[in-house]
Amino acid sequence: MKIARPGRIIGFTLLALGGIVMIMPLLFMLVTSLKTNSEVYELHVLPREPTLENYIEILTRSRFARWFVVSFAVATLSTVSVVFFDSLIGYTLAKFRFRGRGIVFVAILSTLMIPTEMLVIPWYVMAKSMGWLDSIWGIMFPGMMTGFGVFLMRQFFAGVPDELIDAARIDGLGEFEIFWKVALPLVTPALSALAIFAFLGNWTAFLWPLIVTTSPNIYTVPVGLASLSGEFQTDWEMIMTGSSIATIPTLLVFLLLQRNIINGITLSGLKG
Amino acid sequence: MSAWFARQTLASKQAVWAWIFLALPIVYFTAVRFWPAVDAFSLSLSRWNLVGPRHFVGLANYERLAADPVFWQVLGNTFEYLALGLPISLGLAFVVAYQLDRVRMGQGFLRALYFLPHLTTATAMAWVWRWFYQPAPVGLFNGWLSMFGIAQQPFLRSTVQALPAVLVPAIWAALGFQVVIFLAGLKAIPRSYYEAAEIDGAGWWQTLREITLPLLLPSFVFLFITTSIGLLRIFDLVYNITAGGEGGPLNATKPLVLAIYQNAFGRMDMGYASAQTVVLFVILLAVSLLQMRLLRTR
Repeated sequence: MKIARPGRIIGFTLLALGGIVMIMPLLFMLVTSLKTNSEVYELHVLPREPTLENYIEILTRSRFARWFVVSFAVATLSTVSVVFFDSLIGYTLAKFRFRGRGIVFVAILSTLMIPTEMLVIPWYVMAKSMGWLDSIWGIMFPGMMTGFGVFLMRQFFAGVPDELIDAARIDGLGEFEIFWKVALPLVTPALSALAIFAFLGNWTAFLWPLIVTTSPNIYTVPVGLASLSGEFQTDWEMIMTGSSIATIPTLLVFLLLQRNIINGITLSGLKG
Repeated sequence: MSAWFARQTLASKQAVWAWIFLALPIVYFTAVRFWPAVDAFSLSLSRWNLVGPRHFVGLANYERLAADPVFWQVLGNTFEYLALGLPISLGLAFVVAYQLDRVRMGQGFLRALYFLPHLTTATAMAWVWRWFYQPAPVGLFNGWLSMFGIAQQPFLRSTVQALPAVLVPAIWAALGFQVVIFLAGLKAIPRSYYEAAEIDGAGWWQTLREITLPLLLPSFVFLFITTSIGLLRIFDLVYNITAGGEGGPLNATKPLVLAIYQNAFGRMDMGYASAQTVVLFVILLAVSLLQMRLLRTR
């Protein structure tokens, strides 16, 4: 049996301390959201009498509940679209043999090189002329399909044996049915990774929603949160409550799907 | 139609289906990626305030950029984020991942502590850190400083301290991602290599230098590129942590993307802002080409 060397013990201690430092901002945020205004400026960490008053106030006094619904709608609809289309494109590019396949793939892959920042001005012009400003569709339309997802799904569909697909053809299944019922169930790990990335990406997206929305009725949570600077100027406990509401869903997603998230990052990192 | 389709060979049937499946995506990628990209280039050669007519002005916007001290300051800030942030975050992430890899008990829990900040919304975290940086008695950091009798610090209000003060939460938020990638890279190194090194009498430092670091090179290259791109595109955090005075005192924290946003949607100077987006595109393209080069020589 090995006895732990002192170096290892020091390393572990530093690692644990670092971990505490890492989540401290999150803890301070959550703890402060449970404090009353008079307690915020006191240095003791835990609230004497934790209260949910701030949550009730922010949900009734501001449009936070509305922003939450908008964010949730945008993130969910975009995720469904991304997962469906990116896998259909990825499947087609991996499993069909046809002239032009290489060009289509390279073209879609090359969109990864175009930074969002370069596209937002033309998108804004487009949204304005189509009357999409201040609408859920306006927030969503740039993210209905992604080059990253196509790349990821194509990699995974490439690993699906051709024999399975040919056998399904002989059984008389239609091409879409083969994709939907035979191929898709074989790549569920990649699908869940892509869905999580798409959802979190849309949930935290800021630049484009900030540009495309001007009415507080259609803000997403991050944009609404940014606008709080005017409304609750120095009420830090209210701001921390808003920040907590924005953060809690992603923390829940992590607690529920930790393994999928870590695996997904590893997969895309190693393949990317 | 169906009779015609039935006569086709299997190969051409497949091609027909492929194009049916790809039709909508091709329209989408053309309308929402390629056309806007072309439009951005064309806008960068125009003068336009969004409502009036577009005037073609040739390279005038680029000439204006070259003569604009604020643009150079902003570009300098952007590269300062990169030059400070890249080595610090990759160094920290490697040390954390290296230690984490050797932990036998509670590894998943510790990894979760480091990873959680990565999933947060930048807007929310900007508020938290902004609160930390406030003067006493509001701000946490200045509260601690005064407890130890150390002079109060201006942080976000100082032209010198503001940029590092913005960078700290940026590094904090990205660290978890980098740790996860490094950790996966470390786990992929076969244990037998280490055992062989131990039998050969290699020390800790030699093992790190001869085995761990070379085999971790792919992870390093990947993170070098993704972290660089992330830092060059920094926006959400800066915009929100300095909200109300976006860009910090005397533009001290303003990165390129914030300047683009303000030129386009504050001053309605669409052509000038587009020229700046083209500059950003060229910088990011150079980074991506560097990645391809690094991956090829590997």
